[in-house]
Amino acid sequence: MLNIIPISLEQGLAYALVALGIALTFRVLAFPDLTVDGSFPLGGAVAARLIFDGMDPVTSTLIATAAGFVAGYLTGIFATKFKINSLLAGILMMTILYSVNLRIMGRANIPLLNQPTLFTPMESLNMSRDLPVIIFFLVIALVCKFAIDVFLHTEYGLGLRATGDNEEMIRSLGVNTDAATNFGLGVSNAMVALAGALIAQDQGFSDVGMGIGMIVAGLASIIIGEALIKPTTVVRLTLAAAFGSVVYRFIIALGMRMGLAPTDLKLATGVMVVIALAIPAIRGQREKKLNLRGM
Amino acid sequence: MAEYMLALNGVTKIFNKGTQDEKRALDNFSLEVEKGDFITIIGSNGAGKTTLLNAIAGTVETDQGQIIVNDQDVTKWHDFQMARFVSRVFQSPTMGTAGEMTIEENLCMAELRGKRRGLKWGVTKSRRLRYKEVLKVLDLGLEERLKQAVGLLSGGQRQSLTLLMTTLAPPKLLLLDEHTAALDPRTASKVLDLTDTMVRENRLTTLMVTHNMNHALKYGNRMVMLHQGRIQLDIQGDEKKKLTVAEIVAKFGQTLKDETLLSC
Repeated sequence: MLNIIPISLEQGLAYALVALGIALTFRVLAFPDLTVDGSFPLGGAVAARLIFDGMDPVTSTLIATAAGFVAGYLTGIFATKFKINSLLAGILMMTILYSVNLRIMGRANIPLLNQPTLFTPMESLNMSRDLPVIIFFLVIALVCKFAIDVFLHTEYGLGLRATGDNEEMIRSLGVNTDAATNFGLGVSNAMVALAGALIAQDQGFSDVGMGIGMIVAGLASIIIGEALIKPTTVVRLTLAAAFGSVVYRFIIALGMRMGLAPTDLKLATGVMVVIALAIPAIRGQREKKLNLRGM
Repeated sequence: MAEYMLALNGVTKIFNKGTQDEKRALDNFSLEVEKGDFITIIGSNGAGKTTLLNAIAGTVETDQGQIIVNDQDVTKWHDFQMARFVSRVFQSPTMGTAGEMTIEENLCMAELRGKRRGLKWGVTKSRRLRYKEVLKVLDLGLEERLKQAVGLLSGGQRQSLTLLMTTLAPPKLLLLDEHTAALDPRTASKVLDLTDTMVRENRLTTLMVTHNMNHALKYGNRMVMLHQGRIQLDIQGDEKKKLTVAEIVAKFGQTLKDETLLSC
């Protein structure tokens, strides 16, 4: 029982970046962005390929993050400029990225076991790698959470939040909401790709299928987090997303310990999200339903 | 040549062009508005009042004609570009504010209307102090609720806040689109008096669409009546002051069949 805590913490904090990215699109921008399933492995693919080809891990990770920004921005262009339905825009980008990721990697899987990664210094320490890795992911998650909190309180950030809250109003106040949406999607997917790059290095390989179900897992994290921490402010929203991610991974680890097959995880997570979304509808609480923005 | 703040020259807007539902919302429409004018606009449903405001604000693309604001041709400008000149209060109180954001954040966004928004902190201490002062004018106690979400306010409070927001960065043109129609009569008249005070104090050039003929006569220095996308009556100054609702009804009752009459 106790030994599932380190692994849940490590995974939960690593995937917290994904939950933060999804919170930014679904909750703040009210844009249900499905690019995530493609931008997560994109980050892994770019980082793995560059590291495999001999680039240093820090630069590789940064380039992977930038690639995620571009992917998200393009989804935004599909939706705002080409007027493609936002869900379809994300699905299109996700599908396109599947081929792109295979192109980048040149095959379905790149092992990184014998390559220097961001985690190599931690492995050379004279101790178990668990603790330094957990601290590393904790710091990254906190920095990202804090950066989003600050960003959403800047002049530009206020306009971004209003884009998701009352688009007509903020346009009349001079914000090009299309541009704000594109940028927000870029930032969100940059964070998701960063998560992909870090997790690929942590687990020692990048796989083209590693993004499947990422959105649903992220949504589950957010729903759990918001049930525990009411997201009345931006600071609480991002905290809920990050904390929810840790709790979600803990629940998953617990489920597996109790005999849940790894192949059933997505079924379990999907059902969890459906139930969470169904409860207010079944109870007939319309207001509560409206609060689940983007879903 | 008189100094016009706003000029529309032969503006035409046709909805559903080429279909059975074709509708000329604005028909070769021309209007010149002088700096400091407070114009009330009346007309029956579908006369083109809202389309007129939408065309000026850039939310509706016109088919023909030219729109000049502050000596600049803004005919092709987008709504978010027009924010530089235009401030707008909508009919529904929920439309003019972001409900999930706080009062001070809404004020900050309004203060930045039409300006560049950078990565500087939004609601700074000095801004918050200013908002506190400004909010006292409303006498609604909102200065103590800066960090509350706007969604918690009543319709009247929200509309008063929206009005106040427009004056934080005084616009060249203030567009009021039946902004008291969704309020109860008492709140409506309070908000209207507030409107009048703010327009006078800031000498704002204002277009106010209303369904209420009494309001149209009581406020402003000029009144324009629209019918089928054209100007049917345009009076100002003393002539407007002397006009009564009864006279308008006697003269134009034929074309003012709907709630404009009912709300007299």
